[in-house]
Amino acid sequence: MAARGTRGQGLMARAAASPHIVWSVLFIIAPLLFVVYYTFTDADGAFTTENVSRLFTSNYVLIFVNSVCLAFIATVICLVIAYPTAYLFSRMKAKRQRAAVLLIMIPLWMNFLITTYSWMTLLEDTGIINSALRRIGLGAAHMINTPGAVVVGMVFCFLPYMILPIYTVMSGIDEKLLEASADLGCNGWQRLVRVVMPMSLSGVVSGITMVFVPSISTFYISQKLGGGTFQLIGDTIESYFVGSAINYHFGAALSLVLMVLILISMAVMNHYTDSESGERTKMV
Amino acid sequence: MNGKKLIELRGITKAFDGEVVLDNISLDIYEDEFITLLGPSGCGKTTTLRIIGGFETPDKGDVIFDGKRINDTPPHKRHINTVFQKYALFPHLNVYENIAFGLRVSGLKDEEEISRRVREMLEMVNLRGFERRHVTKLSGGQQQRVAIARALINKPRVLLLDEPLGALDLKLRKDMQNELKGMQKRTGITFIYVTHDQEEALSMSDTVVVMNNGSIMQIGTPTDIYNEPSNAYVADFIGESNIVDGVMLDDYSVKLAGHTFVCVDKGFGKNTPVDVVIRPEDVDVVPTAEGELCGHVVSVTFKGVHYEVIVDIDGFKWMIQTTDYVAPDTDIGVKIEPDAFHIMNKSEYSGMFGDYSSFSDELDQLSENGGEDD
Repeated sequence: MAARGTRGQGLMARAAASPHIVWSVLFIIAPLLFVVYYTFTDADGAFTTENVSRLFTSNYVLIFVNSVCLAFIATVICLVIAYPTAYLFSRMKAKRQRAAVLLIMIPLWMNFLITTYSWMTLLEDTGIINSALRRIGLGAAHMINTPGAVVVGMVFCFLPYMILPIYTVMSGIDEKLLEASADLGCNGWQRLVRVVMPMSLSGVVSGITMVFVPSISTFYISQKLGGGTFQLIGDTIESYFVGSAINYHFGAALSLVLMVLILISMAVMNHYTDSESGERTKMV
Repeated sequence: MNGKKLIELRGITKAFDGEVVLDNISLDIYEDEFITLLGPSGCGKTTTLRIIGGFETPDKGDVIFDGKRINDTPPHKRHINTVFQKYALFPHLNVYENIAFGLRVSGLKDEEEISRRVREMLEMVNLRGFERRHVTKLSGGQQQRVAIARALINKPRVLLLDEPLGALDLKLRKDMQNELKGMQKRTGITFIYVTHDQEEALSMSDTVVVMNNGSIMQIGTPTDIYNEPSNAYVADFIGESNIVDGVMLDDYSVKLAGHTFVCVDKGFGKNTPVDVVIRPEDVDVVPTAEGELCGHVVSVTFKGVHYEVIVDIDGFKWMIQTTDYVAPDTDIGVKIEPDAFHIMNKSEYSGMFGDYSSFSDELDQLSENGGEDD
């Protein structure tokens, strides 16, 4: 009887999960298989590794390196800004916390194309910032169409995705734990290093993921603020799916490699954070 | 107390959002003393503890530690450690690292020394072999022990304990009470203990401080507090008590419920209205013919060790605890020995406590658990 009961429950559970399974197969697994299929075939549908090997010519390697570097810099800047901000937020009174979080959320409700356009007008050679600089006699600076402008765009667009997960984890840290650490002799700095930092690590990891992944694959920000003076992976992939140079097979190969690259970075980071928390146990 | 004065609270006043939670408190705490702050929720006992720990600053008054004023000394610079109400163990560290935390913060680098002292602490709280366990996987009692070990490893002068046994079941509480008392005696550290449980306070403490509404009602040894409560509030809070209106006719003579009794109290003057406390276990049940007072049995409850009998004497409901069974709805007589009377001057609390007409265990528990953390 009991066995039948559990089997019945298993069937029920599977039936309940079926919409999700159908969804995953249709919209996640099938497209992935298509990407893999296109990567390893040519225009005639014959098997080839040509698409992948072509990636390892210097031109594309440089694009990958550029993308990784810019995404990395943007992620680091986001982390440096977001961490203290999230800490301050999490120690405010509840009412102020809500207001502060709202302020961080508002830019997310605006279309990021519009945000990027605004940055264009700000950073242009004749833009608002340069006009102001001229007026106070500092002279103009060339900012638009530089890697710096792209990083600014990335940081501005993705910063909330760094602040929010860190803030969420930090606001979950019981005030009593901070009191306990003060009680045991921690000054303000030690409290941060010994309690808040290790306990907010999971928020930092998800923040990094949520900033690094869109940064490395963005094409819009680099096109508008980079002005086509240099290419990132996102732009390159896009160029093979729309426009004159259309080539699904090579575009798929680029996407696949990008995906693998992201998965590797995530794995490395997860490994690092795991060993961090494991270290304490090993010390005994 | 024979020891040296370690902490002095002088005229401490503290208000939160305009609401006064501590009203001009003064208290001396001695070395090697087990002192308990006892009172209901919201009486200010936890706030007093937090002021000593440095987590709150008093609005008025001084905190003196070892002769020095420490009002503005932050918690991490005080030789005081705390066992928090819900333990507040660090969830990212295992048992060993939780206990070692204080040593590491103090800058101790010698791993052998750390290991030796952590093991010594684990030994003391009976948690040998738990080093690698994760604190979130421990039972309430075990977490409690880790919290105590963590607080004691830096060898503080004073240990603050904020209702540390509140979350444990009855049997475990009794064991931990004995262990805590033993630890205090062995280490010679001053324990300042906060609880709303009068039995816990009486069985563990050298000194009990009864608090209510931000004021200290009485300071004394457990026997003083129980036998010589200073007013009706204390008498009622510390155990069951019948608090009856009476008149002190003269030294050693008190009149209550229409009968004149011989008592051992004096110095109240002649014909002075007073409150008279008679503990339920001090009332003897006798046949009506031999009784000094007579009453009607309203209810009888079996409590294991004794019966709890509610008796209506002249409209006032008394509680009597007796080992002999009496039948409900009968008349009985009662006799009271002279040393069973405790005479108190009338106070603002007179008439508020000590009548058992609306008595029920459930009501008692509700009011005990109803309040906030403080």
